[in-house]
Amino acid sequence: MKTNRAVRTPGGLSVRLDVRALTVVLLLLLAAFAASVLLIGTGDFPISAGDVVKTLLGNGDPGQEFIVNELRLPRVLVALLVGASLGLGGALFQAVSGNPLGSPDILGLGQGATAGALTMIVLFSGSANQVTIGALVGGLVTGLAIYLLAWKQGVHGYRLVLVGIGMSAILTAVNGYLLTVSDIVDAARSVVWMTGSLSGRDWAQVWPLLALCTVLVPLVLANARGLRMMEMGDDVSNALGVRVERVRALLMISAVLLTAAATAAAGPVSFVALTAPQLARRLTRSPGPNLLPSLCMGAALLVVADWASQRLFGADQMPVGVVTGVVGGAYLLWLLVTERRAGRI
Amino acid sequence: MNRLSAENVTLAYDQRVIAEELSVEIPDNSFTVIVGPNACGKSTLLRALSRMLKPSQGRVLLDGQVIQSMPAKKVARTLGLLPQSSIAPDGITVADLVGRGRYPHQGILRQWSTEDERVVQESMRQTGVAELAERYVDELSGGQRQRVWIAMALAQQTPLLLLDEPTTYLDIQHQIDVLDLCAELHEEQGRTLVAVLHDLNHAARYATHLIALKGGEVIAEGAPNDIVTAELVEEVFGLRCQIIDDPETGTPLVVPAARKARAVKTSA
Repeated sequence: MKTNRAVRTPGGLSVRLDVRALTVVLLLLLAAFAASVLLIGTGDFPISAGDVVKTLLGNGDPGQEFIVNELRLPRVLVALLVGASLGLGGALFQAVSGNPLGSPDILGLGQGATAGALTMIVLFSGSANQVTIGALVGGLVTGLAIYLLAWKQGVHGYRLVLVGIGMSAILTAVNGYLLTVSDIVDAARSVVWMTGSLSGRDWAQVWPLLALCTVLVPLVLANARGLRMMEMGDDVSNALGVRVERVRALLMISAVLLTAAATAAAGPVSFVALTAPQLARRLTRSPGPNLLPSLCMGAALLVVADWASQRLFGADQMPVGVVTGVVGGAYLLWLLVTERRAGRI
Repeated sequence: MNRLSAENVTLAYDQRVIAEELSVEIPDNSFTVIVGPNACGKSTLLRALSRMLKPSQGRVLLDGQVIQSMPAKKVARTLGLLPQSSIAPDGITVADLVGRGRYPHQGILRQWSTEDERVVQESMRQTGVAELAERYVDELSGGQRQRVWIAMALAQQTPLLLLDEPTTYLDIQHQIDVLDLCAELHEEQGRTLVAVLHDLNHAARYATHLIALKGGEVIAEGAPNDIVTAELVEEVFGLRCQIIDDPETGTPLVVPAARKARAVKTSA
């Protein structure tokens, strides 16, 4: 099975393409687009897919234009960006730790962001923006703490996972405490936030995420080749001329930023970061971090999950985090069973 | 002046000092083998020479420059390393793994040139794994796998190649196989090889330059025929022995003294 093709120019430039991975990326983008169109058409005022596309291209009638461009498009864009960030962040975490369980869901980054958000809601009755900032700070601090505790002396798969589990246990306790001392209104607001939801997202959430992705995605992809080498261990990649410590620090900071920003925008949507890279890898069947396919898979997964939750339970009845939690949790169990069978646990 | 040398290096892991004020020259175009008892610092020295370990004092020089100050990819085009432990990624084929050795020659716009293709084919042919090209690395035997890793290091096309215990975990046939391959690379391609080996007889047979290390100090260095004596082996390994000529190659062959003879020595 040889799917790698080299494209060369007479000037001596060459690019290596994995045809299968490229096909997977295109199909996932197509799926994400189709689900986005369906999602925009779903709601109290259903709009047909044709009309949605027409409106998106700027040829719709004014009423539909308002619903599509002002109400539903930003929500879908947030879903796409959050999914993409989580997919890419998860792929980075898993590649650097060399372990599918080394993903932000297990490591407590979500709990860290939740702790930040709940602090703002419960202790300061903060505005939506303040909650977002709290979540961002919580996620970043947690990421830093995990880095200092587990990564400082190089990563050793399960050590990282265990540190992360410890971290997330502590943070869960903190979150439990915050919920207990909060009044009923704040508690309700907290619980909605903690489930991970896309409802009511508008352009204000789109821009910061888009800006972050515009900076980080190219930066990360430019370092993908070094990351691919790091799969073979620190010694081999160092010997090949990869600045292992630098690449690792850069990619981890990017992954923490992506995950924290996504969580700040939509709450801790469960398990997308865990499942997207694994599913992408199974589709491309290629070794290596599969960064771009994971990114596309994350985006597609989240819009599909959001669309499914709206179809099954009605508009804005069920937060998307419930759907991803159920599907992702089942997937995690399956993964644990196969890992055990492969003798890795 | 030789291309690779260590000058008065102090080597330590955290606080544990392995060697102090150690100086070593790797003669150009030699097949240098570092030997010594367990924990004598031979692997540590190799790690320092290959810039995996930064000396806490002193410096390692490559082509007259401090190795740590050189661009990583430039070093990787001059000096290759086969470490003791390396991980083959899940589901990678032999050709793909060997191809990864081309990393230091590549860039974001020069990902896979015809030169890369040619060198990978050649490296696989030299190590005898060409017919395994499309097989998965996980499916191979230990001996085959070691050849694949050597092929990857070869694809790096470095004039200097460092190997950390390349024969450990292999049975005798594959040990000789790997050492023959090293000798070939040295003789036919004029590469400078540096290897850490456990087996003194293998070292004496294949090395053109031997470095005997004990407690982080160089006890002797030179051609095996000149330096391997019963006294040296006793001093370095604490083992009484006879040295005879290897009937196949004429190189020194270490024959440990019989248990009873050694018992007399210790009780006396």
